[in-house]
Amino acid sequence: MVSASGKRILQITPAVAIIGFFMVAPLGLMAYVSLLEKGLNGGVKWDQHTVEAYVNFIFERDFDDNLILNTDYLQIFARSFGLSLLTAVLALAIGFPTALYMAMQPEGRRNLLIFLVTIPFWTNLLVRNYAWILLLRNGGLVENLLHWLGLSDQPLGLLYTPVAVSIGLTYSYLPFMVLPIYASLEKMDSRLIEAAFDLGADRKRALTRIILPLATPGIAAGCILVFVPALGAYVTPELLGGGKSMMIGNLIQGQFGAARNWPFGAALAFALLAIVLLAMTIYLMRFRRPPEGH
Amino acid sequence: MTTPAIEARGLSKTFGAGSEAVHALDDVSLTIRQNEFFTLLGPSGCGKTTLLRLIGGFEQPSKGDVFLEGQQLTGLPPFKRPINTVFQSYALFPHLSVGQNIAFGLEMLGRPKEEREARVEQMLDLVKLDGYANRKPAQLSGGQQQRVALARALASQPKVLLLDEPLSALDLKLRKEMQIELKRLQTETGITFVFVTHDQEEALTMSDRIAVMENGHILQIGSPTEIYEHPQRRFVADFIGETNFLEGRIETAGHSAVARLACGSSLALNGQAGSTDGEAVTLAVRPERAIIVPAGGASSEGGLPAKVGAVVYMGTDTTYHLTLADGTPFVVRSQNSEGARLDLANGADVTVQIAPAALQRLAD
Repeated sequence: MVSASGKRILQITPAVAIIGFFMVAPLGLMAYVSLLEKGLNGGVKWDQHTVEAYVNFIFERDFDDNLILNTDYLQIFARSFGLSLLTAVLALAIGFPTALYMAMQPEGRRNLLIFLVTIPFWTNLLVRNYAWILLLRNGGLVENLLHWLGLSDQPLGLLYTPVAVSIGLTYSYLPFMVLPIYASLEKMDSRLIEAAFDLGADRKRALTRIILPLATPGIAAGCILVFVPALGAYVTPELLGGGKSMMIGNLIQGQFGAARNWPFGAALAFALLAIVLLAMTIYLMRFRRPPEGH
Repeated sequence: MTTPAIEARGLSKTFGAGSEAVHALDDVSLTIRQNEFFTLLGPSGCGKTTLLRLIGGFEQPSKGDVFLEGQQLTGLPPFKRPINTVFQSYALFPHLSVGQNIAFGLEMLGRPKEEREARVEQMLDLVKLDGYANRKPAQLSGGQQQRVALARALASQPKVLLLDEPLSALDLKLRKEMQIELKRLQTETGITFVFVTHDQEEALTMSDRIAVMENGHILQIGSPTEIYEHPQRRFVADFIGETNFLEGRIETAGHSAVARLACGSSLALNGQAGSTDGEAVTLAVRPERAIIVPAGGASSEGGLPAKVGAVVYMGTDTTYHLTLADGTPFVVRSQNSEGARLDLANGADVTVQIAPAALQRLAD
């Protein structure tokens, strides 16, 4: 006979095993790696522990083994944050009106629109980014369009700039902005907007006083869903940034690849994780659901 | 005569187009007086809510015009109409407190903060929710939310208040309370109320006048007494209260006309002028206006012979389900006053007496 509590433990075992195997174990392994000495040709020395990787994030050592402040990596982090923030703002500026439009449509058409929003997911991310290279490069579609409109007659040099990276990231993560905002707008009672009109609010005030506040949880979720993956993006900055606008993702990839410094790569990943968790905590504290009912 | 609060002229509303078009309202005209408690009564889909939404400005009419105190409203958006609505689902803003909800209309009108705060207190007092200003709508019961919705709609002193089945979500006891409460609010504020309901009892209890609607048409407008006691149409008689229908033909036209009924008996129609011999008539009789007399009793002459079916004791009164000679069902209800209850067995022969005044001739 298995006791009641034993039975309960047995029942949650699969869930625990999955979380343990797919989340805790790899993360733990990386955390451990970040605290090891790097191997000469990549890999790590499993028996040599050090916090050198974390020190290297901020300092470098001169020949006398003195620590000198090195802001190179911090700059890459700062650029990543700036670009991700810009991406989130752009995605919000495009995503909110889109989601609002979708939520106002009759029920049948909404599902079609949701499907359309998710269509890019069905295509490979690499292919989509290569498409943007064709659009943004000198002599590409965007440049030709601007020339044709007479807005510019210079070569734009758009590709391989932070702007190109931001455009690419906005494009890639836009559905993550649209869908949560749509979800929060869609479940909003349309009578609330009618009530606002009824009480004398014009369109603008109905938007700012009723729709926006009620969509705030969706907006916050969308911003996080865009900001966080943009922060760790690898493919888009690699292809559209041309190595000049390196982001955290490319830096980490470089450490595991060409630089053969696994502990440092792992330490960078954990620095990023810490920042993301901090952002999530702030979100949860700010937008915790108000208690329902009485 | 003063200008009417609301006047609708030839209002039609069609949803959709072509073969799928739905005529929600078909050439409806009506006049709602100042300070009146006016009820639009009808089954769901009769067009009453559409009419309300046309007055509120949430829909635009396909044809016709709406006037508020003589001024044309057609084309004006809801936020430019001094008309407020209490929605069926209350539609309280969940992210705003009770006080902010009530002050919303005044805020939109650009009233100063002190005035808004004073008004919120006043409104909370009016709907008996003092001290609730800082609660969120989700923390209130259904009845309390209802009161907040009322306070919010009344706060900016609209010329007309529209109420879209506001009591349908409340339980019976609360509904009865709110019926009295609504009537009190209407009398105290002096605002014209236009109330939509499918509940005939609600309509009879509160209204000054009722418009009975069916299929996008208004069938009859009148006071509760007129509507109940003198229904003009079969639908009105049937929808409001219980009614017995008697089919027959005019036998002797003229001032003291007599109708020969399908069951074989005749009934005198007092003052039912304007009929011709052989004309088909439908008569409506309320169950409580007919008297049941045991067969062979002293006053069994001149009534309609019937057989007793079920006898249902209902506390204050007893309902007798009878069958007339031709099989037409007939219901009689009599009050259970001392000694008035008849002990009738199933299948017993009785006579139904109907005074000429209890007969209402219908137009269809």
